[in-house]
Amino acid sequence: MLGRLRDIAGWREQVIEPAPDTLHGLRARLAQQDGVLGQALQGPGVQAAVNKVVVRGDAPLLAGDEVAFMPPMSGG
Amino acid sequence: MVRVQTAALDPGALLGEFCAGRTDCGGVVSFTGLARAATDGAAVSVLELDAFPGFTEPAIEALVQTARVRFGVRDTMAVHRYGAIRPGEAIVFVAVAAEHRRAAFLAADFLMDKLKTEAPFWKKETGPEGERWIEPRAPDYQDAERWSEDI
Repeated sequence: MLGRLRDIAGWREQVIEPAPDTLHGLRARLAQQDGVLGQALQGPGVQAAVNKVVVRGDAPLLAGDEVAFMPPMSGG
Repeated sequence: MVRVQTAALDPGALLGEFCAGRTDCGGVVSFTGLARAATDGAAVSVLELDAFPGFTEPAIEALVQTARVRFGVRDTMAVHRYGAIRPGEAIVFVAVAAEHRRAAFLAADFLMDKLKTEAPFWKKETGPEGERWIEPRAPDYQDAERWSEDI
């Protein structure tokens, strides 16, 4: 969780096991754990990166994949 | 060279390092960005930049490559700090070396405008009125937009 999403979640990194099959599945799992975070992940401009590559829409996930959720960037 | 780091930046040392032994370039332009003590009148006691190491550097590298190709400069250095930064401390250092000065000025200007709007950082300002996450301001977008036209 990066930026404001980290504040909303209250954590930066978490190991989620077993790994959901898809990015949508991961979002659903996180929303189940924390409704406020689930809402925030659907917010405007929130992007997801799987293994440091930005993914649009859904994507398959494998055990060991790293998923990052990024709110709109602030720039440098 | 592109680097993100939590350690303090020493702009003088970086500029010295960048210029050392250089005989192929007639011009080096550098820019140092400092943390301000206030934004739009609101006091800032600490600026916190969140980065995504492994993602942030390649994104900056892509901006640097665009600048190098567009302006035909010989070498570039971009060092960006993240973590907690206090007013007066350096946040970013950019240097560009070119055969002639004009390309170096333009490339440094371009690179800073792009960094300000497109670099993957997330900024939070903390002051007496609490915390706030910030996004690029309208003038930052206008500055970056200048480069979409031929100048």
